[in-house]
Amino acid sequence: MSALPFLLEIGVEEIPDWMIAGALESLRALFQELLAARNLAEGVTLALDATPRRLVLRAKGLSDRQRDSEELLLGPAKSAAPAAIEGFARKLGVSAGDLGVEAGPKGDRVSFRKKVAGRPASEILAEALPGLILKIYFPKTMFWTVPTGPRFIRPIRWIVALLGETVVPFELAGVHSGNRTSGHRKLGKAGVPVTFENYEQTLRDNFVILSADERRDKIRAEITARVKPDPALLETLVYITEYPTVISGSFDRSYLTLPAEVLVTVMKQHQKYFSVEDEAGALAPRFLAVMNSSGDPDGLVRSGNERVLRARFNDARFFWDADQKATLAARVPSLANVTFQAKLGSYLDKTKRVVELAGQLGGDADAVRAAELAKCDLTAELVKEFTELQGVVGGLYARAQGENETVARAIYDQYKPASMEDSIPRDRAGQILSIADKLDTLRGCFSIGLIPTGSRDPFALRRAAQGIVKILVEAKLSLPVAAILKEDAQLAEFFVDRVRYYFKEIRGFKYDEVNAVLASGWDDPVSVESRLAAVQAVRPTANFEPLAASFKRIQNILKQADFKGGVAIDPALLEPGAEADLYAEFTKVRVTVAKQAHGPALETIASLRPAVDRFFDKVLVNAADAGVRRNRLSLLHQLLSEFSTIADFSEIVTTS
Amino acid sequence: MDSFQQVIFKLKQYWADRGCVIQEPHDVEVGAGTMCPETFLRVLGPKPYRVAYVQPSRRPADGRYGENPNRLYKHSQLQVILKPTPDDVIEQYLGSLEAIGIDLAKHDIKFEEDNWEAPTLGAWGIGWQVMLDGLEITQFTYFQQCGGMDLDLCPAEITYGLERLTAFLQVKDSVYDIEWAPRFTYGDVRFNDELQYSVYNFEMADVGTLWQLFDLHEKECTRLLGLYPESKEKRRFPLLPAYDHVLKCSNLFNTLDARGAISVTERVGVIQRVRRIAVGVAQAWVKQQSGLEAAQ
Repeated sequence: MSALPFLLEIGVEEIPDWMIAGALESLRALFQELLAARNLAEGVTLALDATPRRLVLRAKGLSDRQRDSEELLLGPAKSAAPAAIEGFARKLGVSAGDLGVEAGPKGDRVSFRKKVAGRPASEILAEALPGLILKIYFPKTMFWTVPTGPRFIRPIRWIVALLGETVVPFELAGVHSGNRTSGHRKLGKAGVPVTFENYEQTLRDNFVILSADERRDKIRAEITARVKPDPALLETLVYITEYPTVISGSFDRSYLTLPAEVLVTVMKQHQKYFSVEDEAGALAPRFLAVMNSSGDPDGLVRSGNERVLRARFNDARFFWDADQKATLAARVPSLANVTFQAKLGSYLDKTKRVVELAGQLGGDADAVRAAELAKCDLTAELVKEFTELQGVVGGLYARAQGENETVARAIYDQYKPASMEDSIPRDRAGQILSIADKLDTLRGCFSIGLIPTGSRDPFALRRAAQGIVKILVEAKLSLPVAAILKEDAQLAEFFVDRVRYYFKEIRGFKYDEVNAVLASGWDDPVSVESRLAAVQAVRPTANFEPLAASFKRIQNILKQADFKGGVAIDPALLEPGAEADLYAEFTKVRVTVAKQAHGPALETIASLRPAVDRFFDKVLVNAADAGVRRNRLSLLHQLLSEFSTIADFSEIVTTS
Repeated sequence: MDSFQQVIFKLKQYWADRGCVIQEPHDVEVGAGTMCPETFLRVLGPKPYRVAYVQPSRRPADGRYGENPNRLYKHSQLQVILKPTPDDVIEQYLGSLEAIGIDLAKHDIKFEEDNWEAPTLGAWGIGWQVMLDGLEITQFTYFQQCGGMDLDLCPAEITYGLERLTAFLQVKDSVYDIEWAPRFTYGDVRFNDELQYSVYNFEMADVGTLWQLFDLHEKECTRLLGLYPESKEKRRFPLLPAYDHVLKCSNLFNTLDARGAISVTERVGVIQRVRRIAVGVAQAWVKQQSGLEAAQ
């Protein structure tokens, strides 16, 4: 056996950029699985690469054939008639003397260890690769021959499959594997023969840079102007080009009178350009584009892109001017013609509900005014053209039309936070509007059964709920949100989950601390945060975890006794010593805690630990006298309920 | 520099050389070349076909009174259908760009994911928008379904935006400045259409009348579809005229929409109504044509 390099290149028509990384991971996993299942995995290293037109797997150290192996074949019972045993041997073409014996659950059986010669890797690959390639995962696939034919992301047009210097022969959708690749569509040649060793260089000679890292580095190195970093745009450009080259263009200064938001959106979303800033950080009349080509000596690509951008900017200006013919306020009635959701009515219906909610949440006149106008930009031409600017355009129009600055900013910020990394609305009015809008969406969707399941969340309700939590916490707002949510039990449960997610995943609190704090109430996320901070601070102190363990014990005792409380403690029944001491401590601590903030209060509660420990050490809760027993249970019950308002300590996972 | 009409001549010649029937535009108003029977009905069934035609495409809501340099109520598409798709379809397409004088080695061409869907036709496909120096010049689609049915063969549909392409070639910022023919600009030929149809669609179209027309065309199409199953001589049955009524409904829907006459609650319902008759014709057509094959 010898080790060989293996090259697989699947030549495809342009694959959507955002699917490529996932496809490569899928290809890697499928190939590893294949090698493992066929005893070929040992010592193999894999490298995966891609451009829009090719998925490439390169393996080193692949054995040219499988190891020989043994297969155990079981025959009749050892005690079977000799004729049966001989029959078994004859079928295998061996003599009875070659057979062995294998012990099994039903007694000894005659057996034979058959030697299986390892098959050539080339054969195995040729058999497996067509199926394996079609199993590569893509979110959406197509047929390109007949409906029952192969499905892939786009048509497969060539395949290179080389083990060592030999083609691994197979056929897929009419394409025969071979040793010929294709270069860049216009700058390279098609049908170029390659070997494992010269593959990458041959591609380079034909204007294809195989490595995404190298393409990324090339783009980065060629960005000479000051641009706003945009990793997502950079990745897109890395995966829609085989030979990226950055070019620089400019536009007329007069367009800078349009809002920067609009200009940047046109450049980024529609044209995939990086926008350029001047030294002061203001938008400069320049852009950087990435072309899939090696150069632009005559400036044709630059001037073409400049002309497209000019047309786009002219459109934007045309829409901006046209939109000024009707103010936001004048557009309110036409919201009746924009559907929010079939069963939940139009945006006019939504607007009315959000206005009411904004008032209910304590919004002032500005918040209510913003809520009235918030959705009007959905009827504006500029938003129909650039849907990603909804809200932003409304805010800009509100300002241009003389609404006050707070109202304008509230409308501008209404969709914030767009993600957990995004900032929250800047002003109170915007915060209230954003919460009211999200709350209405949540309440409405839940009321008609549009509840997120698994990965399906078409209305982004999780994001909406997390957005509410984030705003409440970061703006330190205590609003009656929970009261509204609790009108729908399912919605309340969903919301608690999002509160949990926020503190655990986004804020990084320990899961048991989050559970403990939420068990004591989630209505006010601001309080949740402060209680969590307190628990986190007290957690490492000596008394805390043992006390938490004791609380869990108390809870178990109460549960076993099925004791629900409601009985006053009778000090006369307390046994002097540990029990009376605990009561005295408890009474004292209770008074102190009531006056304290969450942090110090927890420390005070934790100071109960010695008294609690002594109590459990010296006192038998389950006393013979029923009155004494009830009194003790009552003491424990009060202790537990009194001190569980910050967190339910029994949720804390202790090491002791 | 090629005029608008020369670009059209060259593209038609290019595709004629590759085995396409060169058709004239369908004579009923449509929103896109896809809706013509030459595409919508021909992609159905197992029969290979190749066709190219220029189709004036009407989008009432896109009208701008002739004031916007890039938006038109009626623009011209060059529609190419290759059924089944040849293996070198993209190379053939790129060849067509070179045929109208674009030296691709000096330009930047990119294929960006763009899947196409037409709910009113029960049709969708997978493909790209083709970008030339940042300008979208073509929609390229591999048809997957039409009339709600899986297609027997996968056709490639190539739709060129002729005004954009010519503005690119002639280096014009406004579509109205394109030279259509020597001494005639696009504005000379088309400005009045843009202005008058914008006025009609946005201001003067009588909503009541348009609804009546919609109902009449829908009724006529439905009546025909109801007769088809019982018809004795299937070959003679007028499904093509029935389809023209679908197209009428579709254009009336678009005009009513531009006029702002379709409310939220109505909208989904109206789309459904058009879809129902479009799918009805497509299904009957497949049966009719397969019956003809069997008879031959």
